Amino acid sequence: MKLMTCPLNGERNISEFVYGGEVVDMPNPAACSDQEWSAYLFIEENTKGIVKEWWMHAASSYWFIAERNTETNEIIRTFPSSELYMQRVDFRAAKE
Amino acid sequence: MPLSLLKYGLTKQPKLQRHFPPTPELKNSYDVVIVGGGGHGLAAAYYLAKNWGITNVAVLEKSYLAGGNTARNTTIVRSNYLTPEGVQFYEESVKLFQNLSNELDYNILYSERGHLTLAHTDAAVRTARWRAEVNKHLGVDSELIYPDEIARLCPQLNLGDDVRYPILGALYHPPGALARHDGVAWGYARRAAEYGVEIHTQTEVTGFDIEKGKVVGVKTNRGNIQCGKVLQAVAGMSSEVARMADFKLPIKTIPLQACVSEAVKPFLDPIIVSGSLHVYVSQSSRGELVMGASAEAYPLYSTRSTLEFKEELMMHLLEMFPFVGKLRVLRQWAGMTDMTPDFSPVMGLTPIENYYIDAGWGTWGFKATPVCGKRMAETIATGKIPDLIKPFELERFYRNEQVGERGAASVGH
Repeated sequence: MKLMTCPLNGERNISEFVYGGEVVDMPNPAACSDQEWSAYLFIEENTKGIVKEWWMHAASSYWFIAERNTETNEIIRTFPSSELYMQRVDFRAAKE
Repeated sequence: MPLSLLKYGLTKQPKLQRHFPPTPELKNSYDVVIVGGGGHGLAAAYYLAKNWGITNVAVLEKSYLAGGNTARNTTIVRSNYLTPEGVQFYEESVKLFQNLSNELDYNILYSERGHLTLAHTDAAVRTARWRAEVNKHLGVDSELIYPDEIARLCPQLNLGDDVRYPILGALYHPPGALARHDGVAWGYARRAAEYGVEIHTQTEVTGFDIEKGKVVGVKTNRGNIQCGKVLQAVAGMSSEVARMADFKLPIKTIPLQACVSEAVKPFLDPIIVSGSLHVYVSQSSRGELVMGASAEAYPLYSTRSTLEFKEELMMHLLEMFPFVGKLRVLRQWAGMTDMTPDFSPVMGLTPIENYYIDAGWGTWGFKATPVCGKRMAETIATGKIPDLIKPFELERFYRNEQVGERGAASVGH
């Protein structure tokens, strides 16, 4: 059984968690090109090595960030997303 | 039956011969360099030589021939996909597979078994009906059948309702087949080598020479070479190789595990797949049960096996075939698959001129080996993308024209 440490719930079986994708910066949807937005949605870094990625503890719906080595599957560190994202993102539709 | 096999059988002392020539010295320059010596790369090399007369070709393989996903799939060939684009593409592949032993004069042990995709829920029955109608419309032999007919085709299957997910129906695809995966790659390699294609094993690509957006050379651990064109066919490592050429792909590298049981007498003729239970199982011509399940839940560049995988697989398999509980697992392995967001491959042009890609093969790569080789060879030789593979180009992700293929293996419905 592989374990992962949830910053909120402690050490749990990794099957309790859901993988949420690479941590990438979102381009400003109102200002970026369609090309940039598509790349943000679909294109992956898919790095072989140490990466930062989103994970969620399913039972508590708690999202956090993990640093993991995608070659050895070693989980190096998990931490609350507030370490990287301090400001709330304001979603407003682009003015046509 | 290939004639040479008959002759071989009648010879008193058959002469042993090398399968492929030994790895030669690298030349300074090739018209086409194929990165990746798996089934796809070798098939492309064969069709480049045979159909287009392009023989100044090098296939570069960092390890031994066909040791990656070509050797790690569960060898199923079928064309009963869901999207018209997918069905037409795989149908051409099935047609090529059916004649491949003759074409290559090399026995790939092609064995037509019939393919059953079980449905355990109303939603899965609906998807099966949908697939059957798309398939029939495009001339593919495929129909929705119910438990009475399933019992006739596979009496060993537990069709009772004393299980968590009783079987309600199945998509039946009579041309569904198995083939020896190594044999496919070796056959292509052997015939390609006869045309003069060079196969370089233990030759790892370390970078590309790109001038003004155009690839002109390939760097390897055995020296640098100049090239006219490059084909990348390295499923599992697609993103890392593409990064050397400075472009990115819509691909996650996700392990897919499989295992085989000890060999027993033949008892299971058709290939049995359950999308809802995430199981596929068939009996190989050697008597082993070949078993696979769903792809894993997160990306990993590793081919380790896990107990969790086997626990889940066996739990579902025992619902379908309770008596296999006495069988032991003989071998286990994993492959690194290229998962795309729409479960369709990525084939064709890249942002780099003269650099072609064959990637995104998730759980659907082996069955596409002949058609992909043939059509990528055509793309490289003519510089034009054949209509058959046009829907699968990388650009589709920038136009929001994905080919959502829910008929892919390991995809729940």
